[in-house]
Amino acid sequence: MAVTVASEWLNACSGCEISILNIGDAILDLIPEKLELVHIPALVDSKYFGPTGDGDRLTLPQATVGLVSGGVRNAEHEEVLEELRDKVDILVALGTCATDGGIPAQANMFANEDVLEKVFKSCPTHDAIEAPKDVVPAYSDKVKAIDEVVKVDTSIPGCPPHPDWIADALLALLDGKTEWALPERSVCDTCPVIREEKSGGGPIKRALENAEYDPDEPIEKMRCIMEQGYLCLGAVTRAGCAGKEGVPRCISARCSCRGCFGPIRKGAKPLVDMMGAMSSVGLEARSVVDRRAMLNRFVGAHGNLRPLPPRRK
Amino acid sequence: MGKTITIQPITRIEGHARVAIELDDAGDVSDARFHVMALRGFEKFCEGRPVEEMPRIVNRICGICPWNHHLASVKAADAVFGVEPPPTAVKLRRLAQHLAWIPDKLLHFYFLAAPDFVLGPDADPSVRNVIGIAKEAPELAKKVVHYRYRGAMLLERWLGKVIHPVAAVVGGFSRPLLEKERQEFLAETREQFEFAKFSIVHARTAIFPKYLETAKTLGVIDTGFIGTVTDDGTHDIYDGKIRLMRPDGTFDDFGYDEYTDHIGEHIEPWSYAKMPFAKKWADGEFSMDLDHPVGIYRSNALSRINVCDRISTPEAQKELELFREQFGCPTQLTLLYHWARLIELVNNCERAIELLEDPDITDRDIRTPVEVKAGEGVGCVEAPRGTLIHHYAGDAEGLITKANLIVGTTHNQAPINMSIKQAASGLIKGGVYDQGILNTVEMAIRAYDP
Repeated sequence: MAVTVASEWLNACSGCEISILNIGDAILDLIPEKLELVHIPALVDSKYFGPTGDGDRLTLPQATVGLVSGGVRNAEHEEVLEELRDKVDILVALGTCATDGGIPAQANMFANEDVLEKVFKSCPTHDAIEAPKDVVPAYSDKVKAIDEVVKVDTSIPGCPPHPDWIADALLALLDGKTEWALPERSVCDTCPVIREEKSGGGPIKRALENAEYDPDEPIEKMRCIMEQGYLCLGAVTRAGCAGKEGVPRCISARCSCRGCFGPIRKGAKPLVDMMGAMSSVGLEARSVVDRRAMLNRFVGAHGNLRPLPPRRK
Repeated sequence: MGKTITIQPITRIEGHARVAIELDDAGDVSDARFHVMALRGFEKFCEGRPVEEMPRIVNRICGICPWNHHLASVKAADAVFGVEPPPTAVKLRRLAQHLAWIPDKLLHFYFLAAPDFVLGPDADPSVRNVIGIAKEAPELAKKVVHYRYRGAMLLERWLGKVIHPVAAVVGGFSRPLLEKERQEFLAETREQFEFAKFSIVHARTAIFPKYLETAKTLGVIDTGFIGTVTDDGTHDIYDGKIRLMRPDGTFDDFGYDEYTDHIGEHIEPWSYAKMPFAKKWADGEFSMDLDHPVGIYRSNALSRINVCDRISTPEAQKELELFREQFGCPTQLTLLYHWARLIELVNNCERAIELLEDPDITDRDIRTPVEVKAGEGVGCVEAPRGTLIHHYAGDAEGLITKANLIVGTTHNQAPINMSIKQAASGLIKGGVYDQGILNTVEMAIRAYDP
């Protein structure tokens, strides 16, 4: 008997769903024999109000596992999420938008009215107009991780999560386990670059030039990007972006980490911890440009980002 | 008494949408609307962010086409800082663009669209999906899963991330292509090319002929088209000028930074998505009236195939000629989006192979030094779903003060509304409909791959 799965996307981009497909050839061993997708709007024609739209309330099918990507931005997201929670035994938060708010939670730095005002009243391609209100769902008070709305059983962070972990978590649930978690390690713990626990000191450099490295040498011969003086959030970010083995993904492109797997453990504050990490190698932590947004890039839910007073000129 | 039919969510598309079809007292369609239900507000929360960080932020607009947003954004960031990337960096960005399109095309055609064509528009909805196709044609399904996956993993091996990439950086590219990689990728892309040729031949001989009658009516509307072409009118998805074609085939070409002269946006109170339109055609007038549309143009594959004078690569050019012999130019048949998409799949493989055959692409001069300064700039590339326009202004500290974004599918908002109204009006009479009919209305949406 296949395990039934119902999947939904909320304030999301569909990258998590593509990452499921990136399980690759092995996905044909999972679906449909082991996993039966009873609801996934990206792939399957299952409708909230029945096939001809005659239902009177939003209804999802029963399933053992519920997968949710995206955070919560509006009333429809809340309704779908609560309905899914009611219909599944195990609810999985898939991806950093669901676990921590993700990039869209950068909007939490602004009041809802300011977001709508900007989008509908100050773009160069149209006159100022009232934000749409008919049929479209109203904004929630802020962008929320899904555990701010319902109980979550398992989290698979990442922007996107690596397919290795999606497959691993699904197989664990298939085995009858009800929980699964990534190890609590940092990106730095899995990063093979040369570290000397010191830097040249001074202010943090912006990403305006490439880190120094010899492209013909393996990554093991490159000096740590943070120790080269650039901002890299590896020290405060949960490991796993490269899957079960391999070099952290952005580092392998010779770029620094921006924290897309979220905090190493639930409740950690990357902003505070990162300030310490920079200081410890002699860098001027307070010199990070756009510091609050930069160090909370993927974790703007859970109250980490709130509206700011207007910027002083 | 009239009623409203609700189709929600629209499935096998990306994102949140619902369709409302209004029936009058006689049960005929009086109106139909495509409601886009979500708005994230990137234009606002990009304000204050460092310009050089934008390509790593706005790629999250779309997880299917993050490379295209990444590249449009990096071009806009270059323009804000007034920096010219070295020629090799431009080649690498272009290579990434062509490589990223290959799995995207396979995804849409086989995973999202094909169930309607292979299993039929009125098949049982519980099997009318890619899993149903896997049961119907297991060998083909294996190949499709494999080639899409291989295409995606090639980018991941080269540049770390295929979804939400980081390697295009202001002033250039973060890492070069090594000679060993060039050879490996060339061999793999040649295999992709063989599968692309198989796909288009299979589709135009075994799948599309059954639907040509449907294509003559379903979702057909009378619009203009947008796309990017080079100076001599050749189809291009990375760089060039924007061509905006009227329904009669006449057109204006313009540079990226002139887009506000040509494109306006209309906003309805019932959808979060704006509706771009050609504001020069009728003095800023906009109308979605099916008999007298005003200012409406479309984007995505069919649009680009309509606006270009030619395609630069031999196999895709041959396919373009076959297509034009049969349908003329411009063609308004909405379902032909699928066919046009496959012509572009072939072209992308050929362009990627050309780039990979160039030994200079492994050159190491890949980044121009960048100085922070105030500025404004527009960066564009074609995403599979249409012309991406990223327009940024930054202050003296290099922080974003203004961002305006027009993304691929946004161009198609008004046309999608018109196509569903046109489709529903033809299919629903006297209040009679079933799930197969409603799914056929959705097929008119899926053609646009929103």
